[in-house]
Amino acid sequence: MQVEGSGPHRSATISVLVENESGVLARVIGLFSGRGYNIDSLTVAPVEQDQRKSRITIVTSGTEMVIEQIKAQLDRLVPVYRVSDLSREGSHLSRELALIKVVGIGNARQEALRLADAFRARVIDATTESFVFELTGATDKLDAFLDLMRPLGLVEVSRTGVAAIARGTRTI
Amino acid sequence: MDTHMTEAATTASGAEILLRALKDQGVEVIFGYPGGAVLPIYDALYQQNEIRHILVRHEQAAVHAAEGYARSTGKVGVVLVTSGPGATNAVTGLVDALMDSIPVVCLTGQVPTHLIGNDAFQEADTTGITRQATKHNYLVKQSGDLARIVHEAFYVAKAGRPGPVLVDLPKDILINPAPYSEKPTSPHRSYTPRTEPDPAAIRNAIALLKRAERPIIYTGGGVINAGPEAAELLCEFVRLTGYPCTSTLMGLGAFPASDPLFLGMLGMHGTYEANMTMHGADVMLNIGARFDDRVTGRVNAFSPGSKKIHADIDPSSLNKNIFVDVGIIGDATQILRALLAAWKADGTKPNKAALADWWQTIEGWRAKNCLKFTQTQNPSGIIKPQYAIKRLHELTAATKRDTFISTEVGQHQMWAAQYFPFDKPNRWMTSGGLGTMGYGLPAAMGVQIAHPDALVIDIAGEASILMNIQEMGTLAQYRLPVKIFILNNQYMGMVRQWQELLHGSRYSESYSEALPDFVKLAESFHAVGLRANNVGELDGVIQEMLAVNRPVIADICVDQKENCFPMIPSGAAHNEMILGPEHEGQARGITDEGLVLV
Ligand SMILES: Cc1ncc(C[n+]2csc(CCOP(=O)(O)OP(=O)(O)O)c2C)c(N)n1
Ligand SMILES: [Mg+2]
Repeated sequence: MQVEGSGPHRSATISVLVENESGVLARVIGLFSGRGYNIDSLTVAPVEQDQRKSRITIVTSGTEMVIEQIKAQLDRLVPVYRVSDLSREGSHLSRELALIKVVGIGNARQEALRLADAFRARVIDATTESFVFELTGATDKLDAFLDLMRPLGLVEVSRTGVAAIARGTRTI
Repeated sequence: MDTHMTEAATTASGAEILLRALKDQGVEVIFGYPGGAVLPIYDALYQQNEIRHILVRHEQAAVHAAEGYARSTGKVGVVLVTSGPGATNAVTGLVDALMDSIPVVCLTGQVPTHLIGNDAFQEADTTGITRQATKHNYLVKQSGDLARIVHEAFYVAKAGRPGPVLVDLPKDILINPAPYSEKPTSPHRSYTPRTEPDPAAIRNAIALLKRAERPIIYTGGGVINAGPEAAELLCEFVRLTGYPCTSTLMGLGAFPASDPLFLGMLGMHGTYEANMTMHGADVMLNIGARFDDRVTGRVNAFSPGSKKIHADIDPSSLNKNIFVDVGIIGDATQILRALLAAWKADGTKPNKAALADWWQTIEGWRAKNCLKFTQTQNPSGIIKPQYAIKRLHELTAATKRDTFISTEVGQHQMWAAQYFPFDKPNRWMTSGGLGTMGYGLPAAMGVQIAHPDALVIDIAGEASILMNIQEMGTLAQYRLPVKIFILNNQYMGMVRQWQELLHGSRYSESYSEALPDFVKLAESFHAVGLRANNVGELDGVIQEMLAVNRPVIADICVDQKENCFPMIPSGAAHNEMILGPEHEGQARGITDEGLVLV
């Protein structure tokens, strides 16, 4: 049996289906800041044709008890339809996208391009002294690529945060 | 849109549609205060007779009055305030209702939609400010949404765990024509809290309870919120089991205090027997309480040997502070009904011998008589605050009138909880979660509006009462015969007590300096002012207070240095409780870890 507040931390990817109304994101963020929960990543966008529902994907971490709390607290918000802990309910896919600007000339530039190719990053803009790469993948793949780019002239990054979905036929 | 709605759209203003929705929701009373942004509503109110408006003297008081109304009736309390300062003044009341799960709908005026965001006169970002102060809030941006949102606000305020809901109403929405829509009959799109308990959880709970050797039943405000039937079922269940029952501050009255199965309140200022029983239990059933820190003390030492069953309407209450073995989500009425049926259906016989032993142990704790105090009967002697409340109870009980008690916050509040027993639910209004000084007078006002013939008493401290003293004007205007019973110790007594016990008796800023003459103050507000200086005068003052059918302030001068015991010091366990000076063998004091706690 588990004791309050203690126990190992884990990361959780939580999908929340919400009514697409003003203030709903502020409510979710306010819940996290007000109760001192972590937000490692948060993404949101409408996901239904009529734009009535949005899906929020939150990556958070905490003890099992805290994560259960987060889910229960999210679930009792009035505009929330469903809360799904993707990291617990079978396996799931997580992806994010990054736009990465690398500035340089000569060898470093060549090396950046070679690595980008190895990572299957796309060049979506180029000048004689810069590239903008677009890279999609799991968070750790993006992190690894950025680590490699740092000594090669990395000047700017824009990341979307995580979008996630369950594998197979299961839906939220 | 049908023809009927189209017709309404061309004839009725937003303000009229708002009132129509309120009437359809059964609203009879609104507590409010006018201002520019809500003038269209006041104009519409003026032209109808079904909804009564009670003009308070401060918007905070409007919310507390609505809370008192709601708690004493089980209905939703309704508040109407203007934009900007009207809304910000209401915030304390909203948080109070949120913490204590009281259903309130608060209507706020707002600048017209085209000015929102421009820092217009009396503009405040009300939905932004109150997002964490309410269960939910709405800004009505389109006339077509108005009626639906008002209906939804009432549903959300009451459904699941109740709470305050705010509807922000821009002035143009109130003036422009709006269509009406009826109360919805279909379930809410996204918010449908579970009320029916899981039968498996009920079976598991009964299996634990039947095999208990040292059980305790612990109930909270959730039982009151679920309605009077829940309280009746609770009595039936507790009596059927014969198990000891204790209650949180918020739950008092759900189980009759006069029943020998009741151990009194538990927690920081709970009884010795309730806390020791909790500490020693092997099975605990919590119904509608939330393991608040005032109840648990140090969490890792709270009821350490018990299997815990927690029944609550709010899934987020489960495993929040205390890990439980069986969680039951649902409405307290349905849970209690299911528990009763399952107890009767389960063939297991409770362990009679063990229970008899347990009761014997409990009676030993009870025999300590932890609430005893010594009152001199010398007529010129100083009145002990505990004695004042004891006499208040005895003399009000003698009137046989239906009696409602509200309190402010401080020692007097705890003494009221300890010495004024309740046998019925909905008779006790106190600010538990937020601990809001200034709650009691406006709450009493709301109770008296709902129960014009009842005896309504605010047990107050001399410091707290000044926080909403302006409401004496409201009492006078509406001839509300609320009695304000001030335990005047000339200190912020609860602050003074903590300073004595934790801060070397350095009474920093806790003396009530330059107090008003409460008798004259009462008179200037068209009320009756009375004072008891000593034991000899106490009964006479109480009797006179009860006899007059007018608002009264009774200024009861009590012992300035009295402390509230028993007390579980912050950060201590239940079995480390401090008993009063009447008792031998003090437990240890407050630890360094305890010092940082409030
Ligand atoms: C609005 C508010 N401010 C401050 C406090 C902190 N506080 C708790 S009890 C108390 C003293 C109350 O004094 P009084 O009303 O005289 O009651 P007593 O404890 O003397 O019975 C104070 C200042 C509070 N609970 N509420
Ligand atoms: Mg005082």
